[in-house]
Amino acid sequence: MSDSGSNFGSAFGSDPGQHDAQQGPGLFVSYDTPDFYCELMNRRDPAPDSLTLIRERLAHFGLTELRQRARVAEADLYNLGITFTVYTDRDAIDRILPVDLIPRVLTAAEWDHVERGVQQRVAAINHFLWDIYHERRILKDGIVPAGLVLGNSNYRPEMEGLDVPGGVYVHINGTDLVRDGAGNFLVLEDNARTPSGVSYVIENRHMMLRSMPDLAAGLDLMPVDEYGPRLRRALTETAPGGIRDAQVVLLSPGIYNSAYFEHVFLAREMGVPLVEGRDLMVENGRVFMRTVAGPRPVHSIYRRLNDDFLDPQVFNPDSMLGVPGLVDAYRRGNVTIANAIGTGVADDKAVYAYMPRIIRYYLGEEPILSNVETHICAEPEGLAYTLANLDKLVVKPVGESGGYGLIIGPHATQAELETFRASLLADPANYISQPVIDLSVCPTLCEAGVEARHVDLRPFAVTGESTWVLPGGLSRVALRKGSLVVNSSQGGGSKDTWVLAS
Amino acid sequence: MNPLMIDIPPGGIAMPNLLSRYAECTIWLARYMERIENLARLIDVTETFVRARSTSTGWLSIVQINADDERFFERHAVASEENVVGFYVIDRENPNSIVSIAHAARENARSLRPLISTEMWMHLNMFTNAVSALGPTDIRPSNLSALCARLKQDCQTHHGITEGTFYRDQAWLFYLIGRNLERADQITRLIDIKYHTLLPSVAGVGSEVDIGQWAAVLRSAAAYHAYRRTVPGDMTPAHVAGFLLKNDGFPRSLSTSLRQLHWAVGHLRTDYGLKNGYAAAERIEELRATLAEQTVEDIILRGLHEFLDWVQRELHRVQEEIARAFWPPAMPAAADPAPDPGPSQEQSQS
Repeated sequence: MSDSGSNFGSAFGSDPGQHDAQQGPGLFVSYDTPDFYCELMNRRDPAPDSLTLIRERLAHFGLTELRQRARVAEADLYNLGITFTVYTDRDAIDRILPVDLIPRVLTAAEWDHVERGVQQRVAAINHFLWDIYHERRILKDGIVPAGLVLGNSNYRPEMEGLDVPGGVYVHINGTDLVRDGAGNFLVLEDNARTPSGVSYVIENRHMMLRSMPDLAAGLDLMPVDEYGPRLRRALTETAPGGIRDAQVVLLSPGIYNSAYFEHVFLAREMGVPLVEGRDLMVENGRVFMRTVAGPRPVHSIYRRLNDDFLDPQVFNPDSMLGVPGLVDAYRRGNVTIANAIGTGVADDKAVYAYMPRIIRYYLGEEPILSNVETHICAEPEGLAYTLANLDKLVVKPVGESGGYGLIIGPHATQAELETFRASLLADPANYISQPVIDLSVCPTLCEAGVEARHVDLRPFAVTGESTWVLPGGLSRVALRKGSLVVNSSQGGGSKDTWVLAS
Repeated sequence: MNPLMIDIPPGGIAMPNLLSRYAECTIWLARYMERIENLARLIDVTETFVRARSTSTGWLSIVQINADDERFFERHAVASEENVVGFYVIDRENPNSIVSIAHAARENARSLRPLISTEMWMHLNMFTNAVSALGPTDIRPSNLSALCARLKQDCQTHHGITEGTFYRDQAWLFYLIGRNLERADQITRLIDIKYHTLLPSVAGVGSEVDIGQWAAVLRSAAAYHAYRRTVPGDMTPAHVAGFLLKNDGFPRSLSTSLRQLHWAVGHLRTDYGLKNGYAAAERIEELRATLAEQTVEDIILRGLHEFLDWVQRELHRVQEEIARAFWPPAMPAAADPAPDPGPSQEQSQS
């Protein structure tokens, strides 16, 4: 066992008498420090004092006490309606995103690294998007294959030649990070369309401070409450030129969308109206919202609607969710849409593989955050490598999200591998492959006690005149033992992410 | 001066105008919560009354008040307690049941979540969850009175939380419009049905049963003590109807509801410059004048049912005029045909 293993011993094994008999033994007595990098217990660097303090405080909780608090917290989330809504024919079923009461902690140094890395990546993505919709230098220079971009289903010709205010295409970005066995942060995926989950970051913090005040007491945690005002400021800064007191709105698909809670949350935090497509209208290339006093102008739209649904005159003609004429108003420069149309081409899993080169190309810098090693099956060598190592790799379809349609080689049966091999050969350009990362773990309250569960991290970056990153981000946790899939739609939960200010 | 007037600073509050959709949802949220309270009161008082008189005909009147005869008798052969209470409390197929109305209220509140306080949402959410969980055992006769008390209390809690936390802007005025439209409508339905079912024959008038029934009507509207305190002498149908229609101090009377409705519509204009409500305001003025100009004896002489029917139709027109003024299907400035505004809500009672 490493050095942190001895930390474990001294901090938690010292005095069993301190544990309340009624509460059972201390939380970590049976915690099996795994081979993985454990964010809390098995770090491979010396822990700052405040982290040691968190460990000590946690160790003095009993399992019974923690379970009791978890029950209360869960009921709280349910009553507050901090829920996904799943609609059936008869009912609206509200489900909460399970939250684990043991926080995921990042040190100030770790956060500094992540923050700079995310800012760098967002800057590169915005340069890339401007370039491909204007001069296409990166394609002409052969850095990224032109077909990958221009033939991409997320490429939007409507954006060609359009200048968006401040050159900002991606106002809100979510970068999915994992940590490998050595604790290195690696980028798993960029989310440059309509990344979700930020409301849970902020609600998780509120819930933790209610449920675990004794754990958080006196710690200097970086706050998360600034997100709403920062977002509103960014949307105001990038409103069409010459507009004072820009009217910002949040455009939601409506109450039947599973992320409606988050839309409400963000509209409230920003203090702007939450509108649906039917609340907006376009006249003479300008956007208005329908109010009790008649139409009122709108200048900046934070849309939580995919490109396809934005404007039935341009995209999906059957969409009732969008606003006829919106793209025309956008192209005339009368309204800002955040994120811009056509950003999906930058977060595509196939383009992802080129991101280190994209960063070097536009910024002349080495990437601060590395990619996971990625093989592009569209390329012959990538396909050959993937086919030869199928049982060792994670293979992902490039078009999908939400953890569907991927295969984790080491966990798949021979039959599953063979079926997958056939799909891969049928359409190799649709896949990329990556080695299985030994995702880091966090101690997590489970049925049998506190056990190690895999986590990832999605920091959220907000870009107006500059890029600000919400301290921490959404830590998703795979609640099933051994599972590497953390998506909430696939049985994942979340943790509060604490960034230590010092 | 209306005590509500101190709620809003003179000249209103400078803030962006309310989305039309929010105004519509606010009115319906208020109406639905008021409707649940009225229904709970009605079930409660019917239960008390029927039990005391060992007769079961009282349950039919709830069906009649809600004009649900057709829908009810499609599903049930007789208007027994079990059938009627089941139909109005837990039957999800009945759009006028408490569980259906509570869900409709919550769906409107869900649309209004950016606007309403967290406390309002949390209470509505818990209330709807609790109502959804009700089953046949909860509506057994032995549990019914306690259940109605709880339902009433939850509606009153909603009103209290709203009064204490809802930001005072245009939305608050629309909330008051919804609440008072519903109250006015409910009180006329109650009087209409009771007046006729309780006057089956000349012989029955003035008998003990008759008075007991009228006392029950007053209790269902929480009006019994106020009536006793302010109307001396014998309890006559005319006195009771007059009190429920014209008493300016009783919070659920028709005249009080109309006054508050008028006040709210007027303030949309004076505080926020929303002049489109003039047609609704004029109609409410006409209603108030017609009510004030006549004694209850005049009204009864000319035909109480006809009068109440007219009031209900006028209230429905007020709702339509407010809808036309504040959430028109296509706004005048729209160049293109407006997109489908989605399923609009109709008052589920006819």
